[in-house]
Amino acid sequence: MDLKYSAEDEAFRQEVRDFIDEAFTPDIRRECERSKNGYITKDSHVTWQKRLYEKGWAAPNWPTEHGGAGFTPTQKFIYTQEMEAAGAPHTIAFGMTMVAPVIMKFGTEEQKAKYLPDILASNVWWCQGYSEPGSGSDLASLQMKAEDKGDHFLCNGTKIWTTMAQHADMIFCLVRTSNEGKRQEGISFLLIDMHTPGVTVSPLVTLDGPAEGAQEINQVFFEDVKVPKENLVGNLNEGWTCAKYLLEFERGNPYSGGLYRSLEKVKKLAGDVVSEGQPLLQDDDFAAKMADLERQIMVLEATELRIFSEISAGQNIGPGSSSMLKTRGSELQQELSQLGMEAVGQFGLPFVEDTLASTNESDIGMAGVAPVTPRYFNYRKTSIYAGSNEIQRGIISKAVLGL
Amino acid sequence: MDFSFTEEQTLLRNMVQSFVQDNYDFDARMKIVRSEEGMSQEIWQQFAELGLLAAPFSEEMGGLDGGPIETMVIMEELGRGLVVEPYLPTVVLCGGILSRHGSDAQKEAQLPGIIGGEEIWALAYAEPQSRFNPADVLTSAKADGDGYVLNGTKAVVVAAPWASKLIVSARISGEQRDSDGLGLFIVEKSAAGVSTQDYPTVDGNRASEVTLENVAVAADALIGEAGNGLSILEEALDYGIGAVCAEAIGHMKCLNDATVEYCKTRKQFGVPIGSFQVLQHRMVDMFMEYEQSVSMTYMVNMKLVEGEAERRKAAAGAKVQIGKSGRFVGQEAVQLHGGMGMTEELNVGHYFKRLTVIDTQFGNVDHHLKRFAAA
Repeated sequence: MDLKYSAEDEAFRQEVRDFIDEAFTPDIRRECERSKNGYITKDSHVTWQKRLYEKGWAAPNWPTEHGGAGFTPTQKFIYTQEMEAAGAPHTIAFGMTMVAPVIMKFGTEEQKAKYLPDILASNVWWCQGYSEPGSGSDLASLQMKAEDKGDHFLCNGTKIWTTMAQHADMIFCLVRTSNEGKRQEGISFLLIDMHTPGVTVSPLVTLDGPAEGAQEINQVFFEDVKVPKENLVGNLNEGWTCAKYLLEFERGNPYSGGLYRSLEKVKKLAGDVVSEGQPLLQDDDFAAKMADLERQIMVLEATELRIFSEISAGQNIGPGSSSMLKTRGSELQQELSQLGMEAVGQFGLPFVEDTLASTNESDIGMAGVAPVTPRYFNYRKTSIYAGSNEIQRGIISKAVLGL
Repeated sequence: MDFSFTEEQTLLRNMVQSFVQDNYDFDARMKIVRSEEGMSQEIWQQFAELGLLAAPFSEEMGGLDGGPIETMVIMEELGRGLVVEPYLPTVVLCGGILSRHGSDAQKEAQLPGIIGGEEIWALAYAEPQSRFNPADVLTSAKADGDGYVLNGTKAVVVAAPWASKLIVSARISGEQRDSDGLGLFIVEKSAAGVSTQDYPTVDGNRASEVTLENVAVAADALIGEAGNGLSILEEALDYGIGAVCAEAIGHMKCLNDATVEYCKTRKQFGVPIGSFQVLQHRMVDMFMEYEQSVSMTYMVNMKLVEGEAERRKAAAGAKVQIGKSGRFVGQEAVQLHGGMGMTEELNVGHYFKRLTVIDTQFGNVDHHLKRFAAA
């Protein structure tokens, strides 16, 4: 047992930091600081991802034959930790970490050649079409239809909670291609061009009050949308296998770097806020809350280090580990967003619709306060998305406890 | 960065585990706890023969050259068996102080008795008014010729009824809660002026109130430099925290396993109660508390040998986690076992009691949260 990293790993960490210093330019940094929901403008996302691409780091999880970064497991961990700690933009996951591995595993050579290079270079923006209004945690009940019309599928139905669909060029969908047998056996994995006639995107306005065009989630409607047969990934009616593979591919990401960063932000706010004639940071009750959150982050960090040390040693982490990280990570994200809102007191009230806009007007009350309350509202999502925390507990109950 | 155990550490774990399984099942344990002495000299001698009492000491002192990770492995397995024999006070606390800060003469004189299983030691640091502050010491050590004379009262000294030797904290100079001015003294329990009031503790251990009345000790009874006792003591208590964290994860693992097993077999309304989602999620929360406690236990035991600041912060953070998780897992295990969880005949309640005591030992959640914030 040893907490130290090798000299090579420390050198790599420095390389990541140097890259961030250079590439994480003030314009993008400002947007990240002021984002209500973790997303920034489309331009900034693409600019950032193209900088990663030029460095060769766009896809830490891909095999090198497709242009992956070729990181060791430890490097991957350090890379994520440093990016999180710097508050750098998250790579939009839908292309890079979700559909690409499925195409690599189940796609034809033509599909790989057609889609992967543009995903890697961030030339094409993807979104995900899984959930439907009637199908949330129970995904297999989905109903969006894709009828075989000889040379194409005719798609009708709707997808919901579609993140950043307004920017997307492509969507990968689970669609129903058969109503026979088990529900899971009639589902197919289909790629659909968002610019096809019959596809419409309708914004869903979330509690954080997004600016027009900057909404996080949408509902996407498909009305007699013709999709070429060649857009089917894997075999007909075997889309569920692709969906499950994607879940296996998703291995818990470390949260602690980003959580420490959020804690620093709260600390800064609480240092600026005056309460009873002194900085709120010096209030005993508030300080105790901060200390306990810091301690909980440390516990999660220790758990992450333990799990990633197992991955580095070539062991397979079970589904219980990633479910535990997701549950604890999201709970702490929520608590930190709540503490930030508590810290700013009455200056959490003024509402700014577009916090990313370049303006000379300063925030009311104190610098950097505008996104604080919206983020609290927005972060209620973290225990709901990517498999609600109740679903995660169900996974642990089944996979680990055998209940 | 590496959280894996060496082959030797795994062998050590297997050895302790099978010893506990073969010699220390629940019935055997309860027999020992209810005996007049309250511990088993026979088990203690077997610990010596197995080398457990030598584990953390250096080879030149006759030990096996282990470190905090070896202690952690041993304590976790002793925790699974709810072992009451005084490994923590004798080997981890007092043995640790002697080996890290004792003079060559003190080590030569004292460690063989520990390693050979002849002497049991207890650490007398707390006082009636001190609560969790080890600097709050009224017991006085007045220089007298070449030696010192000790006067005062030490509270809840765990394992003192079995001990032949004590390490006593006493104030050589300064005011009641000053951090400077403390000394740690080796005191024979049989020395003139030492009296004890012995009693059982709620978790099946034994402890004493120790009164020191004009107890004369020689100059060579002082460990380390005069006045420097607090830093030695605080370090020892952090090692103690590393050890009880390991003991506690042993308890929690047993409680979680027992609870899951019970809920799979116990039937109500015609189905196993483990099929109820509300109970499943509670057991998942127990699992997550346990896993996080394991992580922090590994972390603190790796950090014990780092610098003082890192050690303090990790120890405080770990102790809060163990205190909270231990209470949660213990209470939930009793609740999910229903009425059976309330009975003395099931081991569940005994793990719960030991976990409850561990939260208080060396400072509770509130104490260590403050310490964490200050670190």
